[in-house]
Amino acid sequence: MKNLARKAIFFLVTAWAAVTLNFFVPRLMPGDPVQSLLTRYQGQMSTDAIHSLYVLFGLDEQSSLWQQYLDYWGQLFRGDLGISFYQFPTPVTSIIAQTLPWTIGLVGVATVISFLLGTSIGAYLGWRRGTWADLLIPLTTFFSSVPYFWIGLIVITLFGVIWQVLPFYGSYDPGLIPYPDWMFISSVIEHGILPALTIVLSSMAGWILSMRNMMVTVSSEDYVTVAHAKGLPERQVMTGYAARNAVLPQISGFALSLGFVVGGTLVMEQVFSYQGIGFMLFKAVGAKDYPLMQGIFLIITLSVLVANILADIVYTILDPRTRKES
Amino acid sequence: MPESVLTGASDETILDIRDLHVDYGYDERPTHVLRGVDLTVRRGEVLGLAGESGCGKSTLAYAATRLLPPPGLITGGEVWITGADDEKRDWLRLTDTQLRHARWSDVAVVFQGAMNSLNPVHRIGRQLTDAIRAHRPHTSAAERHERGIELLELVGIDPDRIRAYPHELSGGMRQRVMIAMALALEPRLLIMDEPTTALDVVMQRQILEQIADLRARLGFSVVFITHDVSLLIEIADRIAIMYAGEIVESGPARSLYHHPRHPYTAGLLSSFPPLHGPRRDLGGIPGSPPDLAALPAGCPFAPRCAWADDHCRTDHPHATKLDDGARDVACWKPLTR
Repeated sequence: MKNLARKAIFFLVTAWAAVTLNFFVPRLMPGDPVQSLLTRYQGQMSTDAIHSLYVLFGLDEQSSLWQQYLDYWGQLFRGDLGISFYQFPTPVTSIIAQTLPWTIGLVGVATVISFLLGTSIGAYLGWRRGTWADLLIPLTTFFSSVPYFWIGLIVITLFGVIWQVLPFYGSYDPGLIPYPDWMFISSVIEHGILPALTIVLSSMAGWILSMRNMMVTVSSEDYVTVAHAKGLPERQVMTGYAARNAVLPQISGFALSLGFVVGGTLVMEQVFSYQGIGFMLFKAVGAKDYPLMQGIFLIITLSVLVANILADIVYTILDPRTRKES
Repeated sequence: MPESVLTGASDETILDIRDLHVDYGYDERPTHVLRGVDLTVRRGEVLGLAGESGCGKSTLAYAATRLLPPPGLITGGEVWITGADDEKRDWLRLTDTQLRHARWSDVAVVFQGAMNSLNPVHRIGRQLTDAIRAHRPHTSAAERHERGIELLELVGIDPDRIRAYPHELSGGMRQRVMIAMALALEPRLLIMDEPTTALDVVMQRQILEQIADLRARLGFSVVFITHDVSLLIEIADRIAIMYAGEIVESGPARSLYHHPRHPYTAGLLSSFPPLHGPRRDLGGIPGSPPDLAALPAGCPFAPRCAWADDHCRTDHPHATKLDDGARDVACWKPLTR
């Protein structure tokens, strides 16, 4: 219980620090959204129009930074993340609500697939070390070191352009109305295959390598020898003894990567013009859209935190040594 | 501590190792770690196997049970083990399936690292009984649980601890759990590779007594591997001394302890303080353990032996029977009584 309370406090402090940084960092950037709008219209705006823009964005009041900070917290507790400058006057929350499911759906599923597949393959390769299985290692090293966007481009070239079997632009057929019928869902799945494939290809190799190495380490542990000496079936030794222990460090890595699901997909969404939250963040930065940026950053931070809490819980379930006697 | 020499060791052999050879390394110049080891253990007997670190004692245990990790390679010999069905099988020629069936029910092993021999993520109850599940699939979960409790009681651990994880137990308790685990299928032979090395002296004694007591009750044979010869006089019926991958001397524990015939045995015995009897000066053995990759042509112990002559340096001695066949000594110039 004491342990749990300590963890809860730790997460609360981290959350506070994240929100605070999230408030200050965009305000340290030079320029403001009205300036960037002006540049877009190449100065062809009257002073009145400029002034009304400032009023509209709420930038006319000369309140202190401290006051703004307090207001920010107040808004957060009301679930209000402000209004986007760039898609004025859409609330930031509804923009996030529109884009976040796409990212979580695609990248989340791809990350889980990549982790499960990579860990299983890695466990097998580690168990069969010293055989033909070792020949696959250079291949995985290659895939883990190739830049992500490059794999994306190759995949687009092969499947989208040369063979033309799968769509590679957007997240569903633009001719369709988003409605949960089979036409729409199948289109979403079709559009998701190539980006998901890219994510799996580029991230799976890392899981394979780390799991394989852990398997090799764990396989020489005494308890694995004991399991062999007991005459347990090979499968049981591999899964119940070797892999069961080798997977523990993988879990922390998996939690981290789940945290990056929301934020780490900017490149993928850019390459595939996928309407996720990374793509939106890119646009928000370009438009100096503070509220939107802040909102997205907040979501990213919170998702990393939540992933960490999840990892903590899973780890406690999987490794009895991390449990304290209660 | 029961008198170790009496007990009913019969003439029936339970383990018969013949001319066992093990190499380390796959290249053209492998290191010969075991060089023609012969060893027999009779039913109900405790055989102590002693020698310096690196002499091949553990390799012998691993090779005989086919648990030798790479780059170890068994290059020749036979290991005949009498199973629970009184059938003698050469373990080196068993198929993988046969081997899996024979393991733990014919021979169980207690390893050196009490700390790491238990899987940290499973409760000890599960680890005590998973061998039963693998070998006797028809048993019910309740029966296995019952057996787990019985095994814990056998080694004097509170049956409530069956739900404990290994990290919740002390080192001594873990080693007891390992011994209990080894007895799960009531094997006739236990191989114990330095089972007490990682424990403090008090715990060592308790574990030794436990083993002797269980042996008296259950009648299994033990191969007890240690570098501490003074422990063996407490528990072993017979002692075999290894040097550079060979058995250089073997014989009844008491007579070997008091009247060593091989100079190496004598040196090894004088390296440990006696547990009983008058004090004596600790002798030790001059020189350092042999480099197995570059052994001399003759007797491997010759470079460190005070009695060695030219004959010893050129010709390799073979085991010969002394004391009316009670003692085997591989030495050209065995010590006299």
